[in-house]
Amino acid sequence: MWVYIVRRLAWLPFLLLAVSFITFTLGRFGPGDPVIVMLGNRYDPDSQVTKNLRHELGLDRPFHVQYVDYVWNFAQGDFGESLRFRGQPVKGLILQKMWVSAQLAIAAMIVSVGVGLPFGFWIAHWQGRWQDPATVTFALALMSIPIMVTVPGLLWVFCLKLHWIPCSGWGGFFDVRILVPAITMGVPGIAGFIRLMRASTLDVLGQDFIRTAKSKGLNPSIVESRHVARNAMIPIITILSFSLAGLISGSFIVETILGVPGIGRFAVDSVFNRDYPVIMAVTLIAASAFVLANLAADVAYAFVDPRIRYN
Amino acid sequence: MAVQELSLAAERQQPKRRGHFSRAFARLLRKKIAFVCMVTLLVLYGGSALANWIAPYGYTAQDYSAIRQAPSIVTDQGIGGFFTKSHFAGTDRLGRDLFTRVLWGIQNTMLLTIVAMATGGLLIGVTLGLLSGYFGGRVDSIIMRTGEVTSSFPDIFLVIIIAATLRPRILDWVRWLEDNTVLDGLVRSGVADYIVISIALVSFSWFGAARLLRAQVLTLKETQFVESAKAIGGSTPRIIFVHLLPNAIGPMVITVTMGMGSMVGAEIILSWIGLGIQPPRPSLGVMLLQGGHISVLRNEPWMLLAPGIAAWMMVLSWNLLGDALYDVLNPRTR
Repeated sequence: MWVYIVRRLAWLPFLLLAVSFITFTLGRFGPGDPVIVMLGNRYDPDSQVTKNLRHELGLDRPFHVQYVDYVWNFAQGDFGESLRFRGQPVKGLILQKMWVSAQLAIAAMIVSVGVGLPFGFWIAHWQGRWQDPATVTFALALMSIPIMVTVPGLLWVFCLKLHWIPCSGWGGFFDVRILVPAITMGVPGIAGFIRLMRASTLDVLGQDFIRTAKSKGLNPSIVESRHVARNAMIPIITILSFSLAGLISGSFIVETILGVPGIGRFAVDSVFNRDYPVIMAVTLIAASAFVLANLAADVAYAFVDPRIRYN
Repeated sequence: MAVQELSLAAERQQPKRRGHFSRAFARLLRKKIAFVCMVTLLVLYGGSALANWIAPYGYTAQDYSAIRQAPSIVTDQGIGGFFTKSHFAGTDRLGRDLFTRVLWGIQNTMLLTIVAMATGGLLIGVTLGLLSGYFGGRVDSIIMRTGEVTSSFPDIFLVIIIAATLRPRILDWVRWLEDNTVLDGLVRSGVADYIVISIALVSFSWFGAARLLRAQVLTLKETQFVESAKAIGGSTPRIIFVHLLPNAIGPMVITVTMGMGSMVGAEIILSWIGLGIQPPRPSLGVMLLQGGHISVLRNEPWMLLAPGIAAWMMVLSWNLLGDALYDVLNPRTR
């Protein structure tokens, strides 16, 4: 197991190198550059201003020099300065946005888990009857609604009809405006948690100790809560705790529609503004988070199910 | 269940032996949900393929007497009037018929996702997966590592970057083609858009298929029938195409079907952020963007309803169909 983890981690730097190269090349390959975006109407390819600015940003150097320079700085923990927000280090900007997205992701996770686990537990008791496939189908139906429909739909209900919440904006984790993004991002995950919890509960329900508990005349509700639910939760909590690592990537559509200043929206804005350092940093951080989260999930599965072996 | 076992027993008694797939298809048809999904997809895709003929209006035609009209039907002008004068899904702020535009939007989504799935998911994915699983070694690690790199980009960020950076380049090339050859009207026909979006979507879809096929081939390679095929001197292409591929198709069908749902979603997201099919050609993403504004929601909520329902039905049908196929084709759940 340890060998496996170390080997996967050793691969991470190479993966980041490849990801950074692709992103860097695509960024430079596209037409236009940050100078055009910055100068807007005043842009003139031959003017001294353009040349000075380009030189100042280091964009007039050859491609490979820029790339090596970037990788070297990145390896030392220096993510550079944003081209759009002049003078602001990318690291600070990103950390701030990431914190917002993380709050959103946690709220979404609460929705997924809060709805998914009870339903999964419930339908495990109805195996083979109509409630069982019906719940899964219903969860799939909810999951399939495109986000661009869910957000306006929820806004229409909560903001325009019920007047419960303002239509956009961001006020932190304990603000009522987190409801719409949390539901939107949480609902797609419900189906997954229903399935997980259902399988796990069915596993426990078939065990001998449940039959023993029932046959010695224990109150059924105590059997359910103490024996079944608790044991069914063990694998899920393990998997859940590890999957929190993958929460930072954010959802740019939700963030864009609702005006939430998170990392997803920031990343897409940066693509349009050709803010290279930000694009690079977001991609690299998200890629590492993705790899680490996957590794953590693999380890978690092996931890929960001793039959799984990696070699 | 008893009924299912009975029907399975009845199947076994049939003198004529049927293949794995015709049996699977028969089981699929018996599943009501799968049947409904297939019919829905057939209606949606068939209707949109015939959009040119069945749409009551042109997709850019403006009706100035019916701007911002709620869904309505015309009943006093006979059958012909009912089909050609009604606005089944209402009109938008320019007086364009939404039903027509949704039909054309579905057509665009359908074309793009099917092309991207056929080239990326199937052609590239299957080829690379086969190579990777069959030959192993260095070929395997190069392909798999490349796949890991492309799939470690957050969400569909890679698709967005590719679409954003490639579009102007490809537009330039297409313009050059127009100037230097007899081809004309390429840019206006939106060919460049189709190319860009397909490439972007392929980047996101090939690896899933490749990884799955590789796993399949790895297990199949060790089976006795492949070993004996090798022993009697079967050539590599013969082993691949006659022994390996047909046996790996089941899981592929499931992945492709489930993948279509997320592919449709990705296409809609692309056009939603302005990197997909360009106006005036209708696309579901742009229509959802317009319908999602608060002021539109307040006054013309049907502008969200029509494209929203269409997009939802497409994604849902693919997802449910994939789910049903998983039950049907998975040997363990039979």
